[in-house]
Amino acid sequence: MSFHLILFLAFGAVCVGGAVNLLAQRHPINSALSLIAVMAALAGEYLLLGAEFVAAVQVIVYAGAIMVLFVFVIMLLNAGEEEETKGSRIAILIGVPGMLIASVLMAWVVLRRSGTESVEIGALPGPPTDIAQLLFHNFLLPFEVTSVLILIAIMGAVVLASKPESRSGKVD
Amino acid sequence: MPIGIFILVSVIKSALILFVLLTAVAYTVWLERKVVGRMQNRWGPTRVGPFGLLQPAADGLKFLFKEDLTPPHVYKPLFLAAPLMAVIFALTSISVIPFGNSIRLFGYDIPLQITDVNIGLLLILGVTSMGVYGVALAGWSSNNKYSLLGGLRASAQMVSYEIALGLSLVGVLIQSGSFSLRAIVDAQGGRFLGFIPRWNIFHGQFIGFFIYLMAAYAETNRIPFDLPEAETELVAGYHTEYSSMKFAMFFMAEYANMITVACLATLLFFGGWHGPLFGPPLMQALLPVFWFAAKVFCFLFLYIWVRGTLPRFRYDQLMDFGWKFLLPLAIANLVATAIAVAW
Repeated sequence: MSFHLILFLAFGAVCVGGAVNLLAQRHPINSALSLIAVMAALAGEYLLLGAEFVAAVQVIVYAGAIMVLFVFVIMLLNAGEEEETKGSRIAILIGVPGMLIASVLMAWVVLRRSGTESVEIGALPGPPTDIAQLLFHNFLLPFEVTSVLILIAIMGAVVLASKPESRSGKVD
Repeated sequence: MPIGIFILVSVIKSALILFVLLTAVAYTVWLERKVVGRMQNRWGPTRVGPFGLLQPAADGLKFLFKEDLTPPHVYKPLFLAAPLMAVIFALTSISVIPFGNSIRLFGYDIPLQITDVNIGLLLILGVTSMGVYGVALAGWSSNNKYSLLGGLRASAQMVSYEIALGLSLVGVLIQSGSFSLRAIVDAQGGRFLGFIPRWNIFHGQFIGFFIYLMAAYAETNRIPFDLPEAETELVAGYHTEYSSMKFAMFFMAEYANMITVACLATLLFFGGWHGPLFGPPLMQALLPVFWFAAKVFCFLFLYIWVRGTLPRFRYDQLMDFGWKFLLPLAIANLVATAIAVAW
């Protein structure tokens, strides 16, 4: 077993364990912290693929910025522990096996269709210069269109979050 | 280099750098007390050792022997984990900071840096952005309104100023074309007109440096941006409920972060270890490290000087300054640099 495989399995175990813990935890802040662990472990997986830039961005944007906002909101609202609900026996009986079957099916389809067995390290573009070449040269138009889309989403969020008086422009 | 020797060298380097960093942290605290004392017409520490030089050791002993209180209503797992997170993330970011060229020992080239990764700068940004969790979770888990307010302020402030901080660095990145800190420093060698060093600050990045400096003060929660621990309003902010070694960990994290941003300012804007070299070969080998340390020291002194001079911002002023002044300025600087380089 090569060292890379061991690392891959370790990060993968952290990912899956964190995701399960995210669902199992009763307190929102513990769930948020599990999600941070998942994000960080995903960054480790990217690093193993040789995609160092994506790994760093994953940590900065997801684990660093977005999850800070999640934690911030949980702290601000001072959300307490969730109450346990009873009577979801059907959900456990059907939901858990259903989810397992669905994920196995999905993995099987992906493995069947893609036809690749494993990716050599460094085979995919990973360094920042290669990514910049792809983003700002080969895929410039989709990239810019996406940024406009995000800008519209930001403006929509500002409009939705602003007070009603300032939206209509008159005070009643 | 064989793998065994590589591991040995890495372990020795890590231990040495950790020792130097922790000593520097302890003596930055001493320097701060001394300098701020003089600025306020006091003496600062004088009793323990000559000039109070053994004061950090005395403080450390005191922290070790003080009672370690855990208040009854805290959320214990996170209350214990938060100081650890703060100090671990603060110490991790030093691992990619280079402080000199490589030296030759026993036939091996040993770079003066724990590891040179080609996304060094991004790694530091990522680790510092994770560092906010220590502060935020400390504030939340303490179950105390002052701590909570401190934690909330810290996370809001760090998220806001991180954007300006990141954008202020992009100008430097465009000029040097690499994320590797060693490559960025190497790009700053040489001189303009024979006497002005080719440092980035003299190379069109003056505004970038200004933005970086402001944002770095905010990221490290230093005066005038120390609202997360504003004594007059929040007792001690996020670390109100912490005592003994756990409090000392937050203290260590804050000063280690100060040293990291000072190192980064030196590397990115002030040419890193570049400086005049003269004298016998041994001196020539050691001078770069000396220049690097001297520049970092100047930044630390500036930090302390500002602390002794400026009052604290109001919260709305802090947010206005970050979002309405620094961020547009950083974007303008980025556009101007990009146009200048493309020309």
